[in-house]
Amino acid sequence: MASEEMEQLVRREYKQGFVTDIESDTVPPGLDESVIAFISQKKDEPQWMLEWRLEAYRQWLKMTPPSWAHLEYPEIDYQAISYFSAPKKPEDRPQSLDEVDPKLLETYEKLGIPLHERAALAGVAVDAVFDSVSVTTTFKEKLAEAGVIFCSISEAIREYPELVRQYLGTVVPQADNFFAALNSAVFTDGSFVYVPEGVTCPMELSTYFRINAANTGQFERTLIICDKKAQVSYLEGCTAPMRDENQLHAAVVELVALEDAYIKYSTVQNWYPGDEDGKGGIYNFVTKRGDCRGDRSRISWTQVETGSAITWKYPSCMLRGKESIGEFYSVAVTNGRQQADTGTKMVHIGENTRSTIVAKGIAAGHSDQAYRGLVKIGPRAKGARNYTQCDSLLIGDKCGAHTFPYQEIGNSSATVEHEATTSKIADDQLFYCRARGIDEEDAVSMIVNGFCKDVFQELPMEFAVEAEALLNVTLEGSVG
Amino acid sequence: MSAPERFLKRLNARRGEDPSWVAARRQAGAARFEALGFPTRRDEEWKYTDVRRIAEGDFALATDAEFDATRFDAQRLDIDAYRLVLVDGRFNPGLSELDGLPAGVSIEPLSQAIEANHEAVGGALGRLAGVDFSPFTALNTAFADEGAIVRLAAGTVVDKPIYLLMLSRANDQPVMSHPRVLVEAGARCEATIIEHYVGEPEAANFTNVVSEILLDRGAMIDHYKLQEASLADLHVASIHIEQGRDSRFNSFNLNLGGALVRNDLVTELNAEGAETHYNGLFFVQGRQHVDNHTLVNHNAPRTFSNENYKGILDDRAHGVFNGKVMVKRDSQQIEAYQNNANLLLSDRAEIDTKPELVIYADDVKCSHGATTGQLDENAVYALRTRGIDEPMARALLTLAFAGEVMEQVRLSAVAERVERAVAGRLPERFNLSDLVETAEAVQEA
Repeated sequence: MASEEMEQLVRREYKQGFVTDIESDTVPPGLDESVIAFISQKKDEPQWMLEWRLEAYRQWLKMTPPSWAHLEYPEIDYQAISYFSAPKKPEDRPQSLDEVDPKLLETYEKLGIPLHERAALAGVAVDAVFDSVSVTTTFKEKLAEAGVIFCSISEAIREYPELVRQYLGTVVPQADNFFAALNSAVFTDGSFVYVPEGVTCPMELSTYFRINAANTGQFERTLIICDKKAQVSYLEGCTAPMRDENQLHAAVVELVALEDAYIKYSTVQNWYPGDEDGKGGIYNFVTKRGDCRGDRSRISWTQVETGSAITWKYPSCMLRGKESIGEFYSVAVTNGRQQADTGTKMVHIGENTRSTIVAKGIAAGHSDQAYRGLVKIGPRAKGARNYTQCDSLLIGDKCGAHTFPYQEIGNSSATVEHEATTSKIADDQLFYCRARGIDEEDAVSMIVNGFCKDVFQELPMEFAVEAEALLNVTLEGSVG
Repeated sequence: MSAPERFLKRLNARRGEDPSWVAARRQAGAARFEALGFPTRRDEEWKYTDVRRIAEGDFALATDAEFDATRFDAQRLDIDAYRLVLVDGRFNPGLSELDGLPAGVSIEPLSQAIEANHEAVGGALGRLAGVDFSPFTALNTAFADEGAIVRLAAGTVVDKPIYLLMLSRANDQPVMSHPRVLVEAGARCEATIIEHYVGEPEAANFTNVVSEILLDRGAMIDHYKLQEASLADLHVASIHIEQGRDSRFNSFNLNLGGALVRNDLVTELNAEGAETHYNGLFFVQGRQHVDNHTLVNHNAPRTFSNENYKGILDDRAHGVFNGKVMVKRDSQQIEAYQNNANLLLSDRAEIDTKPELVIYADDVKCSHGATTGQLDENAVYALRTRGIDEPMARALLTLAFAGEVMEQVRLSAVAERVERAVAGRLPERFNLSDLVETAEAVQEA
């Protein structure tokens, strides 16, 4: 027995072995209160934060994973996941890009994200997340000048505890859902943004999330607060190197917009979707919610989802303030064996609130995708308006595209419209292109890009270019 | 005693002996119902409809089928038809008119069919609506001993509508009825079937009906469900349709009455060329609750479906629409259209709508739309500039909203009855007959 245990320990030790050349400080797989205490301690967190995490954990224990989504995946063993991994020695973290591990830069390079160029040319401050800990942050001074706080959430908990404490969990409560509860208990990093009253953030803020250590789930927590009359545009891009084992990702993003504030949140998600048989891709269970707390506030979600084996994601807007606006623009592309169940929730609470939903889904190969959306008009939301359009494009006859729009309308002065279509690329469109010497693959890509135009034009420029490129890569080989 | 047990104990009160195989089916239904229990709002299919009013009720079974003759004439549709009348779920031969059926047409009450060991009862009955569909079909299977068995031989064109009239009485002790309708339409036959639910205004009963309609190759059936139950009646219905090659089904699901109403409409398009049209209208007021769930399964290539449901909601009424279109793998060249439009007349009315598409084939044309809003103020203004006062303008526009569905109705007796009912119940009550007369007078002048 003892030898067996020993053997297990030895094996486990081996499993923790450094699979990448960057050394990781990783806890053994499994989750209990001591792991949470370890994370909290590692992050140098105050006592209230630890208690907050433990409260979430205790709630999580009572919850079951949701089963209503149009998704199929093997049951996840939450005890087989390692909940913390950080690059070694946080105190001598690189101070500039030159000090960054060249291996990391190389990975960025391979994924087509020239950090130097992007940071310098595009004027973007990058808070790169690698193995859950911010490695480098640039343009801090410029932001500080404007009074904008942009840092990792861990840093924010240490440096601005009163802000974090005031807002954390107020949009997505600890026990909101199974994955949000898990995230609340074990989140290790993510970004924190605070834009003070009247400030328009001088540059677009951007974080690249990366998953690298095998067997490590990533649990980011992002909190963005836009004070009165402030504006910010936030870019989130995700890539992950190839791995064999499914990796769990359960992030939580909370946005708070006070009076007259405007938050624009754009995502390009291109995580590893798995191999041809759908093995090894990322499981992406994300809770994203924006709270239009103040009157005339506005929150806009734009997402391009091309990666992940499983996507479970519903960026939502709670439209509390009078005349507040919620927007959701989405392109979801699935190929191979990918599955996506994604959409949005627009909850109209305040008077004269407006929301727009434009969702474009493209399914190819053996993939399956669903749009699932809720538009809820409360009894006090006089004059609320919603317009929803969701279109699906099917490429090939082995894929599936589904639409599940929920509308709950409790006010006669509301106007709610929903339109959806499902079709394939018309033969005459293809023929037209081919007759003009454009080969089939290019023609399809042209048509698909046209199909997605409404959403791409909502993206910041450099993101739009990247998104188009991604789309073409994702759909490669799906024609013919 | 649990709610299912309380319902099932009434099985003992049933009169008469069943053939052993009917008894076995009853037992299966009872067992399934007991296992499932009443649905709760935690069930996705019942998310917006709370059936506690049914589950907590205590309903007896009717023992006779008497109905006041003068009241009967006021309730029934004034229409020349083959008529089968059930009163609280019991067959009333006196009020029925089943004489002179043409060759190839057979209409029989279920009780007689069971007694005669009719082949349809052993064959097609229960094939489409098994005990697993919902707790209510299971409950119906346990209790069903009355209803209508309609069989149409191949090539029959039925000259008059087949009119199934289900009456509900004001009883001291509320009753429940579980009618069962089976229509077997042979190849290329044509017929119109009307299911009409109406009753005394004070009635407060529970009706749980299951209908199964089978269309063979090339059959064409118009199906009307006109539900005008009293404002205290509880009504649950599921209609299951199976269509063969090149068949065509037109459904008119018209709901005006009932305190709590749930309709399930399920169509299996099983062969090429099959076509279905769902037309629906509901007008609810007070605290009425109407839930329409529809499902079209495109199981074969080159099948067609079109759905148009309209809802008008007033006061604190609650409407639910859940339309689902499923396109199976390899069911290519499908066309499926779905539309749901709702008009809210009051601030406190609520509508929950969910038009769903589940598609596994690529060569399809599918679309759906759902809108909810108020009357167009510009249209109201346009009418007012033409000298029509505001209440009348609003009433006319509301009728026009319903008109998009009603103009598809081919039976004028049904259309007129519904339009008059809608007009008479509008907040700006007005007399449609006066308007029609005025219009006619203007035309003649």
